[in-house]
Amino acid sequence: MITFTSYPTQQDYSAHSSTKHHPDVAEDVHMDLYDDEAFAAGAKLTLPGEYLTSSQAFMRGHGTYVNDEEVIASVAGTVERVNKLVTVRPVRTRYNPEVGDLVVGRITEVQPRRWKVDAHSRQDAVLMLSSVNLPGGIQRRKLESDELQMRTFFEEGDLLVAEVQAFFSDGAMSLHTRSLRYGKLRNGQLVVVPPILVRRLKSHFITLPCGVDLILGLNGYIWISKHVKESDQEGEDGFDAEAVYSNKNDDIDTATRIAISRVSNIIQLISAHFMPLTGAILLEAYEWVVEQDCGTKDLFQDDLGDALITSLRARG
Amino acid sequence: MGSRVDLLNHAGYREDGRTQHELRDFTVDLSKHGHADGAAAVTHGLTHVLVTVFGPREAKSRAQTMHDRANLNVELTIAAFSAGERRKRSRGDKRILEMAATIKSTFEPVVQTNLYPRSQIDIFVQVLQQDGGLLQACINATTLALVNAGVPMLDFVCAVTGGVYSTSPMLDLTLLEENDVPNVTVAVMPKTGKVTLVTMETRLHVDRFEEIFRLACAAAKVLHKEMKDAVRHRTAELVSAMGAGHGAPDRENTMIMDES
Repeated sequence: MITFTSYPTQQDYSAHSSTKHHPDVAEDVHMDLYDDEAFAAGAKLTLPGEYLTSSQAFMRGHGTYVNDEEVIASVAGTVERVNKLVTVRPVRTRYNPEVGDLVVGRITEVQPRRWKVDAHSRQDAVLMLSSVNLPGGIQRRKLESDELQMRTFFEEGDLLVAEVQAFFSDGAMSLHTRSLRYGKLRNGQLVVVPPILVRRLKSHFITLPCGVDLILGLNGYIWISKHVKESDQEGEDGFDAEAVYSNKNDDIDTATRIAISRVSNIIQLISAHFMPLTGAILLEAYEWVVEQDCGTKDLFQDDLGDALITSLRARG
Repeated sequence: MGSRVDLLNHAGYREDGRTQHELRDFTVDLSKHGHADGAAAVTHGLTHVLVTVFGPREAKSRAQTMHDRANLNVELTIAAFSAGERRKRSRGDKRILEMAATIKSTFEPVVQTNLYPRSQIDIFVQVLQQDGGLLQACINATTLALVNAGVPMLDFVCAVTGGVYSTSPMLDLTLLEENDVPNVTVAVMPKTGKVTLVTMETRLHVDRFEEIFRLACAAAKVLHKEMKDAVRHRTAELVSAMGAGHGAPDRENTMIMDES
């Protein structure tokens, strides 16, 4: 029979399909298996429609609903409890924004006085004209002429890094780029990973020693680019409008290009194996790849990729 | 074909060797599929369906945006090579549209769309092989893909086809049986026993209906267990993969970042 598999290769489900039990007995068999092991590991797994607890003693949080005084899970994931609040955190889901999060996004639409930004969330985010740095000084007032030339700042398809500023009443998020570190992105490549793999870090701007800058957006968008020196970034009197809104890439030498594609391949490999991404892990993986002295694309060969993941796991 | 195939022989076996109440081999593949938020490939015997779910995400058009809940958008494509005879169906084919609408109405009461106002959840159903029980495979695969995408649902939806050959009820019909036997497809939420879909394209005697209906509901519970096992297996795998990199991720990371 033909089977369609996507990378990584299909998992072997023989473990659960080989042992079949009569429905009446099966419940008991599975009870032991999952309850003991899962509880011991500290992560209790649940599935949609499964009873969690009584609603009289507990409050329902995200990922649950109440029916007949029972709190029931609505997503598959791990059960978490904070005092009387029971929540279920799904393993794979879209990005759930919180104020202050750093995100990488792509402009989808230019509207009057605002941009719409795709940030891997359930709705497009909004970037108001008043929450971007305008050329000619940070303190400059917004003029009508700025409204007419919004496309000179951001156009459809442009990538940007921003921070979540606030939420609208319907749950859509509002972004801002009022910092020298935020703004339009260039000189690099975007990689998309599941948002849960990007944990909150002290800094989401990471510089790898191989001359590559990384921006780990909490929404799972990761920007890998050529390293920019701190002093260049500042520019004169702290803000260089031409550089910030420029659409032209700098010259990138071959070594940097190779480094960027290496890092991007490493990230794709790590995310395919569902490991959380941190600066330390990426650094280690990069060193391992350089040590092995393999070509950039060789990582996607199964044996080499598996070897990298095994060595990373062994360390953790 | 001269002689008629005996759909249920004297020994109580069907043409493919199953007994009356036996289901076909049911397999689930929940691995990642491109950029989709969730995907599931399901087989019921030779019927093979792949469902990818995108969303909840920004609705494509203003007209589809609803201010109080998300819009479910179901698109069904049947591969030209999926049936015995090669046949290309156009997008606007009435039968395909009807099936997509059936899937949509099956899931509308189950998916908690009210949590995602102004969004859209895209469900792309691709039929790769068909051998009867197409709707049941589509519904089961959609359930699994939605669960895999982390879309909140009240419960699983498990669907199964039942039919009756003279007076004996049968479950999970193949194409051969489906063509000859009056049949009904039932979709159940196993936890509460609520039924979200009952559909018939053939005429079924009213006296037989209850028996088949009850049998299908019981069969749905069996499928539910299989689906739960697959999802639980996949979830456990992902959770352990995430934990494997770091023992206590948050604390360890910050310490490392301090040094750099």
